[in-house]
Amino acid sequence: MIGALAANRKRILWSVVGWVVVFVFFFPVLWMWLEALKTEPQAASSPPTIFFVPTLEEFQTVLGGDFPPFFINSAIASVVSTFLVLVLGLPAAYALAIRPVKRTQDMLFFFISTRFLPFAASLVPLYLLARDLQLLDNIFALILIYTTINLPLGVWLLRSFLLEIPIDLFEAARVDGATFRHEILRIVVPLIAPGLAATSLICLIFSWNEFFYAVNLTSSVAATAPIFLVSFISGRGLFYAKLAAAATLASLPVLLAGWIAQKQLIRGLTMGAVK
Amino acid sequence: MRGSAASLSRRESWARRLPLIPAFVYVFLVTQIPFALTVYYSFFSWNLLQPGSFRFAGLDNYAALLTNESIRTAVWNTVLLTVSVIAISVILGLAVAMLLNSEVFGKGIMRTLMIAPFLIMPTAGALVWKDTLLNPLFGLLPYLLTPFGLSRIDWIGRAPMATVVAVEVWRWTPFMMLIILAGLQSQNPEVLEAARVDGANAFQAFRRITLPLVRPFIELGALLGSLFVVQTFDSIYMLTYGGPGEDTTNIPFLLYIVAFQGFSIGQASAIGVIAVIITIIVATFALRTLFSIFQVEARR
Repeated sequence: MIGALAANRKRILWSVVGWVVVFVFFFPVLWMWLEALKTEPQAASSPPTIFFVPTLEEFQTVLGGDFPPFFINSAIASVVSTFLVLVLGLPAAYALAIRPVKRTQDMLFFFISTRFLPFAASLVPLYLLARDLQLLDNIFALILIYTTINLPLGVWLLRSFLLEIPIDLFEAARVDGATFRHEILRIVVPLIAPGLAATSLICLIFSWNEFFYAVNLTSSVAATAPIFLVSFISGRGLFYAKLAAAATLASLPVLLAGWIAQKQLIRGLTMGAVK
Repeated sequence: MRGSAASLSRRESWARRLPLIPAFVYVFLVTQIPFALTVYYSFFSWNLLQPGSFRFAGLDNYAALLTNESIRTAVWNTVLLTVSVIAISVILGLAVAMLLNSEVFGKGIMRTLMIAPFLIMPTAGALVWKDTLLNPLFGLLPYLLTPFGLSRIDWIGRAPMATVVAVEVWRWTPFMMLIILAGLQSQNPEVLEAARVDGANAFQAFRRITLPLVRPFIELGALLGSLFVVQTFDSIYMLTYGGPGEDTTNIPFLLYIVAFQGFSIGQASAIGVIAVIITIIVATFALRTLFSIFQVEARR
């Protein structure tokens, strides 16, 4: 009885500690949302405004202003590059998982080493190539680069899901005379739907949030959502509510996707190593 | 007879390799050609703003970098930033993971809220920190710290590197937490219970049982994390723009400045090559860890 009481008290204590820690980490996000729901004078007041009547005014300003094209560019770059990763990555992952070729390990090593080649190492030539090919400030350049960044992750991640399919299934299909295309579409795709979801999620996160290439290769026509936020750097307390509304909107797709697919998130971030 | 078997197996081996080729060719072209060009340009002196300035410079760019204060500062800042962000976020991540693995109320919601900083767009997160939380006049933090005699402190100006580290720790702690939590959850609670029964206290049980179990997960998180943190650019660009002076200029930021403010393609390329060398040192360890984990898995 006393033991149970002590255990319960301990549980409450640790819960309180846990919630305080989580609150500290979550607070900047919460504050961003609160600022976004204020009017400009409330958002940049001193002392800060804690109690206020929420308004969607700033969201309307941002959405009715010049933000949508940036958002659409982000969506195009992310979705198209993710699609390309799946199309190119699935057959490669298949080859590396189901019918291992010679030098499978070398291949895996090659793919992953390119993911961790610093962006800095290829920025200058990519900039010059884009300039010479008239691809500066063109969304196509970002699509190509984001596909490259995410393809190694995609191959590793999809392979880790393919390894879980019993090999007998493929052999049975082959005995039945299934072609390669058939095998991929009829057997592989349905079985690794969670793998495709995890891969898409991780590609979406990395390409949606990408800034380094975007800021150096685009300026206006093809600029993505993070570039829109750069215009707020010089804001001197005048546009806090608008800034917060833009930051909230820009972060929303990845935040929602990550929250919905929490299970896939760890596996994706560790390229399939942690389940 | 023998010949046809051999040719069949060759055809078979090509059929096996075929699905791999598009991805391989694509990645090879878009990563290796630019990198080869970076190495090539690093031996030339070339200012984009001066047409006709392209000429062979041998090792001049590297020699210039060796005598240049900026690159040393940038290398030091990169190391300082990476090591402190990873060390702090691993410790905090472990602590939070252990909290979330215990019998606390509302675990699911806590985990959901906790991963938000990692999902928020880094440029957006940095901007919110800089303007709405840390701004000395209108920010929330200086206001909250007023009773402690720390009013109206310009954190970004006074402690630029600490600020960048803090924002990056805020972002990477959830990442570490997720990976370590997965490790903790793979633990068999009965083992811990048995240790308790055998008279081990909480600290001993942690050191002897929990820590060895989650160690590979900590290593994996730290190594993957460092490969990302080495490349930190977004938050530096948004928070400090590398300053004041060069106090928060790391290698990616220095390259950006040299290439796009100074337009010195040769110099920037040499910095790119150095970035690769540093990354290879980090990555050698990272990839070995990744591979050892996968090999364990393959043995099943």
